[in-house]
Amino acid sequence: MVESSTGIIHAENLKKVFIRPDGETVVALDNVSITINAGEFVSLIGPSGCGKSTFLRLIAGLSMPDGGSLLLDGTPITGPGYDRGLVFQDPTLFPWLTVYDNIAFGLKVRKTYRQKKQQVREFIRLVGLEGFEKAYPHQLSGGMAQRAALARALVNHPKVLLLDEPFGALDAFTRMNMQDELLRIWDERGTTMIMVTHDVDEAIYLSDRILVMSSRPAKIESIINVGIGRPRSRDLPDFLRLRARILQILDFAGKHADIQYYL
Amino acid sequence: MTGNIRFDRRTVLPTLSAVLALLVHLLVPDSPGYTSRPMPYFTIVLITVTGISLLLAVLSLFFPAVREKYAYKSLFIAVFLLLLNILNTATLKLMLLPAIYFPSPDRILKVFADDGAFMLKCLGYSLKLLATGYLIGAISGITTGILVGWNRKWSYWISPLIRMIGPIPSTAWVPIALVSFPTTFSASAFLIALAVWFPTTVLTSSGISNVQNSYFEVSGTLGAKTMHKIFRVALPAAAPSIFVGIFNGTGASFITLMTAEMMGVKYGIGWYINWQKDMLSYANVYAGLIVIALTFSLIITLLFRVRDRILVWQKGVIKW
Repeated sequence: MVESSTGIIHAENLKKVFIRPDGETVVALDNVSITINAGEFVSLIGPSGCGKSTFLRLIAGLSMPDGGSLLLDGTPITGPGYDRGLVFQDPTLFPWLTVYDNIAFGLKVRKTYRQKKQQVREFIRLVGLEGFEKAYPHQLSGGMAQRAALARALVNHPKVLLLDEPFGALDAFTRMNMQDELLRIWDERGTTMIMVTHDVDEAIYLSDRILVMSSRPAKIESIINVGIGRPRSRDLPDFLRLRARILQILDFAGKHADIQYYL
Repeated sequence: MTGNIRFDRRTVLPTLSAVLALLVHLLVPDSPGYTSRPMPYFTIVLITVTGISLLLAVLSLFFPAVREKYAYKSLFIAVFLLLLNILNTATLKLMLLPAIYFPSPDRILKVFADDGAFMLKCLGYSLKLLATGYLIGAISGITTGILVGWNRKWSYWISPLIRMIGPIPSTAWVPIALVSFPTTFSASAFLIALAVWFPTTVLTSSGISNVQNSYFEVSGTLGAKTMHKIFRVALPAAAPSIFVGIFNGTGASFITLMTAEMMGVKYGIGWYINWQKDMLSYANVYAGLIVIALTFSLIITLLFRVRDRILVWQKGVIKW
């Protein structure tokens, strides 16, 4: 893995409050403190309403905290920027641009396209989309669209890549492929990765650390060091033990009604 | 070329229909009510059509691409020629309709032969007026549409104005426009611009305010600044809606052009029609209408081409 000295996220007593249309306030994130190291792969897992997506949006700079501090490499986050790439569950490719132009978008708006043209091709190759440069997003399968979205975020060389359930809409095979792909890219680039997921296996398979979050109050319930050597196998005893432990933390045993939800 | 010669029965229909029309035209005597000397125009046209249709029928024997297209269209062409035949019979041959208001095809064709150059000049003038007003209207419409769709403050001040002024048909402004502008040309250009401006503004702004927020969020995380978000995200995302506005505006601009020319402008194809009507030269009126129909449908076709070019990414997403 490439060591990088940048891409450190530091949150201190981070708080975010929403006001519902009926006037009631909802605490979406309550006193969250965590440091995510440069080049680390961290997953956020937890029931809906635990504020994991809120946390991601705060790091992306798409919304502002109501309390506490949130730093990227020691500097407060004041808005969105290309140093923090974002990939949603929905690829949100620009439908009016070809795959190539979607991926080149970041370079073009930053006016570095002329110098870094070859990077677009490089990332198209990295995510395995050669031959689809001229395709429009609606012509792509879900997995291919998500690869393109990944390349679009990566071409900017972000310090941190934020992934909001990026593979949630993909079928099981494509998802496993994409997970390996993501690990390969992470290995190659050393980008700090922060991923929100519903999939416990995915979190264990990919992450250095897993932040298990709880709702009401929305905070970090526990931080789990995965500590299994890579490449990981999904059927090793260590893997299964960790899986059982996380499910237990999520209070899975008592909520059979929600089984579907966590899987 | 393949040695595969195939005959599609449908491909002879246009030729048959043209020959039938020609026979009726040449063999049935003219109504005694027509006092003018026989004219050659309809005969020339029908012979030309017969020749072309025959050529196409022969080509269809050898070329599958021609055959497929021509066979598909042949029924329509045949029926169209049949209708011309009926029209000719009803006017020139039987005079079932008052000849002064419903001239025979020959007399309409004669207008093109005699007065064609002048009509083209009128058309040129109309097109200049249309283009001036249209461009001003479309550009200002897209501009205000962006401002209103993007910015709350602009929306606060301009939206009520649009709601008030927009629905007034631009032709209702004729009396005011004629006294407010130095020339009838500028007055008419203003009216046309107004007609295009309204639908373009409304559909641009609604298109922009309906753009999925996640596009803006993603573009922000890719380094886009406000101007990029407007011109590289909002505008292309709203393009389908903008085109709907422009198409509506195009229809409105044609109406306004004609009204303006019939009310005050001293030149142009609409003026020509009005003038000929006053002189009871209905053959010229029909000729003018045909010129307008061809021109406007050409403009619409071109616009469709432009749209298909720009919205090529929508192919397969939305069926038009």
